[in-house]
Formats: sequence, C-alpha cells, structure tokens
Amino acid sequence: MNINALHTQYKAALVKERRWVRFYQLLIFLAFFSGWEIASRFKWIDQLIFSSPSKIWSLFLTKISDGTLFNHLSITLFETVLGFIIGTLLGTLLAAILWWSPFLSRVLDPYLVILNAMPKVALGPILIVALGPGFTSIITMGAIISVIITTIVVYTAFKGVDPNYLLVLQTFGANRFQTFKEAVLPASFPTIISTLKVNVGLSWVGVIVGEFLVSSKGLGYLIIYGFQVFNFNLVLLSLMIIAVCATVMYQLVELLEKSLIKHDR
Amino acid sequence: MDFLTINRVDHTYFSKQTATQALQNIHLSIEKGEFISFLGPSGCGKTTLLSIIAGLFPPTAGTVLLEGQPVLSRDELQIGYMLQQDYLFPWKTIGQNVTLGLKLLKHDKETSLSTAMKLLQDVGLPNVEHQYPRELSGGMRQRAALARTLAVDPKILLLDEPFSALDYQTKLKLEDLVSETLKAYGKTAVLVTHDIGESIAMSDRIYLFAARPGRIHKVFEVPNELRSLTPFQARNHPSYSSLFQTIWKELESLEH
Repeated sequence: MNINALHTQYKAALVKERRWVRFYQLLIFLAFFSGWEIASRFKWIDQLIFSSPSKIWSLFLTKISDGTLFNHLSITLFETVLGFIIGTLLGTLLAAILWWSPFLSRVLDPYLVILNAMPKVALGPILIVALGPGFTSIITMGAIISVIITTIVVYTAFKGVDPNYLLVLQTFGANRFQTFKEAVLPASFPTIISTLKVNVGLSWVGVIVGEFLVSSKGLGYLIIYGFQVFNFNLVLLSLMIIAVCATVMYQLVELLEKSLIKHDR
Repeated sequence: MDFLTINRVDHTYFSKQTATQALQNIHLSIEKGEFISFLGPSGCGKTTLLSIIAGLFPPTAGTVLLEGQPVLSRDELQIGYMLQQDYLFPWKTIGQNVTLGLKLLKHDKETSLSTAMKLLQDVGLPNVEHQYPRELSGGMRQRAALARTLAVDPKILLLDEPFSALDYQTKLKLEDLVSETLKAYGKTAVLVTHDIGESIAMSDRIYLFAARPGRIHKVFEVPNELRSLTPFQARNHPSYSSLFQTIWKELESLEH
C-alpha cells in the first residue's frame, strides 16, 4: 500500500461522506413536502389553513403565467437588497466615524444602546406618514432595522484590532485614514461579513413588515392580502419564495466572503 | 555631533489609581553606525524608552534629538521599528507587506516593488512576494518583517526583542542575518532585550537597566574582539563568557 493509493482512498472517503450528506438533505426535503401533501390529502391537517404543496405549485404556475408574481417579487427584492446594502453601508460608516472619534463614541454610547433595544418596526407608521406610503419608507424600514446593530458589532470589531498592527503603521508615519484603510478595515472584514449574514435576514423582516403596513405591492402585501381574503395558498406561496430568495442572498454573501478574505484559504 | 541624543528623559504613566514612573533621568548618546542594547528585567522601561525614541509619544520631561532635531517634530520618516512578533498583515502578500511603508510614503509603485524584491533577496527570501504570511515559517516571517522595516530606509532601527518569539536555532541564525544586514546597510540600531547573551553577541555597547523606576544602572563596552565577529562566532569567544559573568552578577545584585 503506497502513499498515493492511501491518498486516493482518503479522497474517495471524503466524496462518499459528502454524497451521504446530500442524500439526507434531499431525503428531509422530500419527506417534508410529501408528508405535507399526504397529510393534506387525507385531511389530517386543515387544508384551508395549511394548504398543500400541489395547490401552492398550481397557484405558483398561474401567478407566473399572468405575470403578477414576478411584479410583486421584483419590487420586494429591489427593496430588500437596497435596504440591506444601505443598512450595512450606513452601519459600517457610522462605526468608522465612532472609531475615528473616541470622544464621540463615548458621548453616543447610551444612545446606541437605546436605539438598539428599541423595536425598529414600531417606527413603521411614523416612517410611512413621514416618507409617504411608497417604496422609500419600505426601504428605510429594511435599512433601519439593521443599521444600529451593524454599527455596534462593526465598531466593536474596529476597536478589537490588534494594536500592534496599528503600531506598525504608526512607525511608518501613517495618518488615521491610512491606518483605517490598511489595518482596521481589512482586519474587520470577517466580522463585517458575519454582520452581512445577519442583515440578510433582518432586511427581509423590515421590508415584509413595511409592505404589511403600506399594503399595495410586494410579497408582504401578498401575505397580508392572502390573510385578509383567507387564501392561505397565497400566504404560503409568498413565504416559500421569500425563503428561496433569502437563501440565494445568503449564498451571494458567502461568495463575497470568499473573494474578500483570500488569505485564509 | 552625536547621532542620537537622549537628554534627561523622564516618563510617568498615569492611571486613575496611580502614577507610575517608568523612566528616570535617562541620559545617553549614540554615534552613527553603532549597535546599542538596552538590557534589563521586565518592567524596567526599556520598551517605553524605545517608543519615546521612535516618537510614538512624547516623554514627560526631557528631549530626544536625532541629528540635532527633536524626533517628534521631524516630518520625514527616520525610524524603523521591529516588534517581538513579525506583525506582517495576514491579508497582504509578502510583497505588499514589504512595500507597505513605501506605499504610505506615496513612493512610486514600480520602484517600491523592486526595492522590496532586492531586500527580500538580501534577507534570503527570494520568490515569496506572492505568498501570504501564514504560508511562511516564523523565522521567514521575521525576516520579511526586517525587509519591511528596511524598505523605508530608516536612519535608525529600533528592535524590540525581535528574536524572543523564535526557537533557539532560528534565533541564532536571525541574529547573524540582522547583524550582517545592518552592517551592510550601515544602520544605527538599538536593541531591547532581556537576553544577556544576545546583547553581548550583537551590540557594541550595553546599557543595563534597573527597574522601578526604570533607570540606567551600568554601561558595558563590548570588547573590540567580539564586535568584529558575527553574533554566532562571538558566542564562542572566551571574552564572551567573562562579560556574560560580569553582567550576570550585576543583574543578580539588582534583584536584591
């Protein structure tokens, strides 16, 4: 038995394990949906409330063919992505300002705590009155829900950068901006990425709640509408689509992570 | 005129509870091209003094003059500083790390890169500029850090226990490399260490520090026959052991 053969064997074992993981993942998926379908057919669960995969699927096809679904989806997606980007960028920017001025960060500390503790969706009605019942206020909701927690987490990461890296830059005569660009920001990329992952979920919450309140367009509107006319096929269809989109966004963040953090592979 | 003059420097650290005097009446001067060691137990203010020389913060009292000018007021870069660990930036390649200082000084990218390549060659690290620090061993990383420090062509090198995190063999090799490189570039250097052997092997003069408050206890001139040798050869010379014994006794006496 030589080393090459052992290595081939080791790689084969890895592939085999990965296949089993995929197999069980698929099994859970199929078991869930077929169980749901069967339970609904045999009336073990209330069809009116819990619907069934086949009904959701046929509704999906109808909504696709009349083009309304795509319309609602694209609006919600646009709002969420924008809310997500604005929330994260603004949060990181605020964190950078706090890092820049330790005095300001000490002054603002209690206010950040209060803002973070406050349920942001409660601001919804005020936003809608102030910004109008359109996508501006919904995007604001999507952003506002993640901005404070991003600020707090990213600022903590900025502060936690090993001071010796800053010392190295200081001995090179770097100014504060250069220090930030060369050491503080890149050292905090891992934290920023994990905040992004959290923010994906948060932005969806903000936008869906915003659409609940504005109630004119989007997946959030479809959910509220479906609820009001007691069409739970529509509610569940919207939920499924949200789940798929949120997952795709999460995967995109992971792609970004891989391109941003090259040195750690 | 002296190259570096430390003129009656005192330094005190303040916290809410206490004021700790870290340095008391430090007065010394260094000629161009000399290699000086600050030797002493931990807490004797060696690193504080090094930071003050580097101009990282001003001393509570006294002045530090480099070529007759206060270090803090000079705007061009004068100081190269090496730390216990390499502190290469893990997200930058070795090439980017070595050119970092030049980039901050807004030097031309092409010439910076060729400077970096030459320095890496000189410290025995050819063909690593595209690798990331984690792909290199501890000794290689510290050599890359030396190249990064030398890249900005500093007037004086401050070495803050740069070999203390390395294994013994690597440390001995690196001592030789640093010593040769600094001689080749004609650099003035100050080494902070708590290792008696290292200070004898590497330097021309040793300042022995006493702690609480940090002050110069005694100055030892390293004999000429040791200075001309590489650190590794110096360790095997008879005068090395006798000087070691003398300093050892002084250090012992400080503890009582």
